[in-house]
Amino acid sequence: MSKQPATAASDPYITVIGLEVHVQLQTQTKLFCGCSTRFGSPPNTQVCPTCLGLPGSLPVMNRLAFDLAVRAALALNCKIAPFTKWDRKNYFYPDLPKGYQISQYDLPFSSDGHLEVIDPKGAFSRKVDIIRVHLEEDAGKSMHDEAAGTADTRIDLNRAGTPLCEIVSQPDLRSPQEARGWLNELKLLLVYLGVSDCNMQEGSLRVDANVNLHIPLPGEGGAEGRIAKTPIVEIKNMNSFRSVERALIYEAARQWEEWQATKVEMGKMPKQTRGWDDPAGITRPQRQKEESSDYRYFPEPDLVPVTVSDAEIATARAAMGDPPTVLRAALAEKWKISAYDADVLVNQGRDLVAWYEDLATRVGEGKVASNWMQQDVLRTLNERGGTIAEFPVTPEQVADIIGRVQKGDFDTSRGREIFAEVLTSGKAVADVVASMGIAAVSDDDLVALCQELLAANPKIVADVKGGKEQAAAGLIGQAKKKNPNANPGKVRQMCLDLIKALP
Amino acid sequence: MALTRQDVAKVGLLARLALSGDDVDRMTGELSKIVGFVSQLEELDTNNVAPLAHPLDTQNVFRADEPKPSLTTAEALQSAPRHDGSCFLVPAVLGESGAA
Amino acid sequence: MQPLELSAVDLVTAIRQGEVSAVQVAEAFLGRIAKVDGSINAFLHVDREAALARAADIDARRKAGKPLGALAGLPVAVKDALCTSDQPTTCASKMLAGFRPPYDAHVVAKLRQADAVLVGKTNMDEFAMGGSNENSAFGAVHNPWDLTRAPGGSSGGSAACVAADMAPAAIGSDTGGSIRQPAGLCGITGLKPTYGRVSRRGLVAFASSLDQIGPMTRSAADCALLMETIAGHDPGDATSLADDVPRYSEMLEKPLTGLRIGRVAEHFGPGLDPEVAHGVEEAFAAFKAAGATIHDVELPHAKYGIATYYLVAPCEASSNLARYDGAHYGCRSSVRPTGEFESPLVEMYCRSRAEGFGPEVKRRIMLGTYALSAGYYDAFYAKALRVRRLIRQDYLDAFQQVDLIGGPVSPTPAFPLGEKTSDPLAMYLVDMYTVGTNLAGIGGISFPCGFTKGGLPIGFQLQGPALSEPLLLRAADRYQKLTDWHTRRPKLAT
Ligand SMILES: [Mg+2]
Ligand SMILES: [Zn+2]
Repeated sequence: MSKQPATAASDPYITVIGLEVHVQLQTQTKLFCGCSTRFGSPPNTQVCPTCLGLPGSLPVMNRLAFDLAVRAALALNCKIAPFTKWDRKNYFYPDLPKGYQISQYDLPFSSDGHLEVIDPKGAFSRKVDIIRVHLEEDAGKSMHDEAAGTADTRIDLNRAGTPLCEIVSQPDLRSPQEARGWLNELKLLLVYLGVSDCNMQEGSLRVDANVNLHIPLPGEGGAEGRIAKTPIVEIKNMNSFRSVERALIYEAARQWEEWQATKVEMGKMPKQTRGWDDPAGITRPQRQKEESSDYRYFPEPDLVPVTVSDAEIATARAAMGDPPTVLRAALAEKWKISAYDADVLVNQGRDLVAWYEDLATRVGEGKVASNWMQQDVLRTLNERGGTIAEFPVTPEQVADIIGRVQKGDFDTSRGREIFAEVLTSGKAVADVVASMGIAAVSDDDLVALCQELLAANPKIVADVKGGKEQAAAGLIGQAKKKNPNANPGKVRQMCLDLIKALP
Repeated sequence: MALTRQDVAKVGLLARLALSGDDVDRMTGELSKIVGFVSQLEELDTNNVAPLAHPLDTQNVFRADEPKPSLTTAEALQSAPRHDGSCFLVPAVLGESGAA
Repeated sequence: MQPLELSAVDLVTAIRQGEVSAVQVAEAFLGRIAKVDGSINAFLHVDREAALARAADIDARRKAGKPLGALAGLPVAVKDALCTSDQPTTCASKMLAGFRPPYDAHVVAKLRQADAVLVGKTNMDEFAMGGSNENSAFGAVHNPWDLTRAPGGSSGGSAACVAADMAPAAIGSDTGGSIRQPAGLCGITGLKPTYGRVSRRGLVAFASSLDQIGPMTRSAADCALLMETIAGHDPGDATSLADDVPRYSEMLEKPLTGLRIGRVAEHFGPGLDPEVAHGVEEAFAAFKAAGATIHDVELPHAKYGIATYYLVAPCEASSNLARYDGAHYGCRSSVRPTGEFESPLVEMYCRSRAEGFGPEVKRRIMLGTYALSAGYYDAFYAKALRVRRLIRQDYLDAFQQVDLIGGPVSPTPAFPLGEKTSDPLAMYLVDMYTVGTNLAGIGGISFPCGFTKGGLPIGFQLQGPALSEPLLLRAADRYQKLTDWHTRRPKLAT
């Protein structure tokens, strides 16, 4: 089966993708009780009567969870409903101890938004409409040892009741690559706004994808044909954005092959659910819960509705902070850097942008600071892992190094060596400069050095005198050998001046 | 308004109630009678009446995002029909439902 | 001093003043339980030792001059639908046999804080579903006035234990009449407060938008005393009202001059027992004599109350009872998987629920599941919600004209055990006068207004607007100051 990227220009079909994303909101406590939402605690240590679904227990809504959900919806340009309520979604499953999930059905708190991705590299740009964003509770964890065959399933309810924001997009994405890029932007946005840490490994962001193919059919006798649509498949179990992309590539190709063999169109069979098997690189059909189509939603009588006024929306919007799109433009404008550079910086997160702005302020030149960020700080950070907060070199230190380069104490490549040494040794910049024997070369020493070079290279002197200024480059390498601290730019200028002064 | 045996069997599965053949027969009769009775509401024209799901007019009841003590694992499991000291044990489940 | 004969108000005073000790009071009621409950079956669980220890502690604190709670030493029986951390909570269901909650219901915690002495958990219809207490998995309750008759339900154990002097006060819950109807059939006083007045936290849910906890005592004055402890805002129940709790006991004295009581002609239609009708009319006359005026009012949609209620309540119940599936607590079937179900898990669910629930609970779960399921939601559940609004609007309109609405509590006096068990629909009709209160979320009180020739109590009901408890209690109290029906006690062979 083909693993080629789907929807290449040559593909005889369009891949149509919609995403359903669940993100855990960054609260200390669960949606309806005071239990902690901390990840990784021993099983069933963060549970109480409410999240265990014990008889008589009642939910009370977490204010912060609602506020964070509103923030997410605003950031996704959604309309906030003036009146919203909660509903019960009824189904039996052992990780759902009440036998129903408290979710939102017909009156979600927000709808009709969009998130636009503009890729400065131009690979794709797309505005994806958001159908709705709603707030609901998470289920617990079922752990089954497949190898043990019929052994019991173990249930941990620590996660049960954790607040989730469900974001449902229109099927506006047109390739697996776009889906991945859009998810990256969504994650960045939600992390920027402090809505969620979006940690997929810890399950705080989960993606299901709906995908099918639109296939233009040739019409009779050259007439305009119709579009055939393959049955929609929902893909689950993808645990990274890379998996989402791979699963969609696989699934598009699989649907194309199936279409060619069966010509079965949408509506002729029920929507199918398939699970992504990452190691095998394939999707497999998943058995549907028997009652999956009959959740018997009805208004949750244990909670009261929520109303949100325009003033409250305005307050929430004001407190929200800048989303990445705004920040990218602002950064490019303020520091006179390219859209591409701003994109790279902003995509690293809010802390790194703050670090960059600190550096740029100290250096006084955004472009130079941006170059150092991308070539030195980010490269090292990627190699080392960890966050910018844990980075051992400070903006002050990098600004010190850049300042010395700008002053002509040494060149950029020498500056990089100093940066590397500061990073590994943890010493102050001045100490590293001293210990590396890098002292500023005095003007007298520089004159002496250049005169020595001119004396030793009459051919170069003659060439320069003859108008070939570029010949002076030959002197730089020699100067570096004689005195590694000599600034190449200064050496060059001094030599040219001296040659010009020769009779 | 009458329910069929098939309706009753389907609802039994939806409600997760094991029903014997006799149960289905009996419930088909009983539920048909009750459903017939409640169907008297059909005679009322309610087209311009909004549903009232709850008697309260209250709105916007929240709690602060402040941790409260949880139960101990032993308390959480104290009434479990089967557990292994840290988790509830149930018959084999394939896959994880998560929240959807 | 004979503690069994004192009202709750007088008991609390006597204990506070040292005329009788809390231990003496507890022993008197526990002794009475030991003597008569064998023939009544009002209690599912009696914790004699804990009650005596608690009473002894109260006596010690009183002697030491330490502050005591408002109900210090008062024995209180609690319906087994309220969670108690130190006693089993079963809801009279095999499903929860032996279940011990790790927490106290809010009301139970408030009673403990007020230094009440919890004597035990009372019998009830399984999961509060029923009007005769015959749906208990642990045996029917017998009406103390005639042991061959039902005490009413679902709070039949709470009503019977107060009627038979086994406790001066009990806690019940009322979803469609479950406090008022058994109070009426057992000749005691029961208050169903406004929805949200008393926290539901820790009350095992039957139908969440209808359930309300309330006191069941021998008099309105005793109900007022208990309400001062159990009512009030609970931040742990999002549907609990934030309004301040009045000092109900201090608001009883005002005369009824000028009180407007509504009378609904339809309440006196076919189906109403003539003796009950007579007792109710006498009560209207007594209120009139006390200075109230009686006015005809209409509740045009009241006749749809039962149909509406028997959709709304089962729909909510089908969801509320989904948690009893044998997975995390409660009864799990021991049947080994037969392969007749789609998975061992589904089989465990279906068999555990089939084994754990009784027939009426299953019937309502089935009805509610059906009425909410795809294709039927609009015709049944949504339709019932629309009629619910009409029913509430009727009350709002009526309360423009009158302060309270009076009438019968139930169409007949206590009926023989077994009389209605084979006809679910006939049993549902016993709630015809009480469900409207719950659908509208307003308050109601029931108290005795006479006896049949056969010696069975007849109940009178007053319904009032939201948060009208002070008025409901005052009206009932005034009536009880002028009559002595509420002081009559059944003669039990002991
Ligand atoms: Mg969801
Ligand atoms: Zn909890």
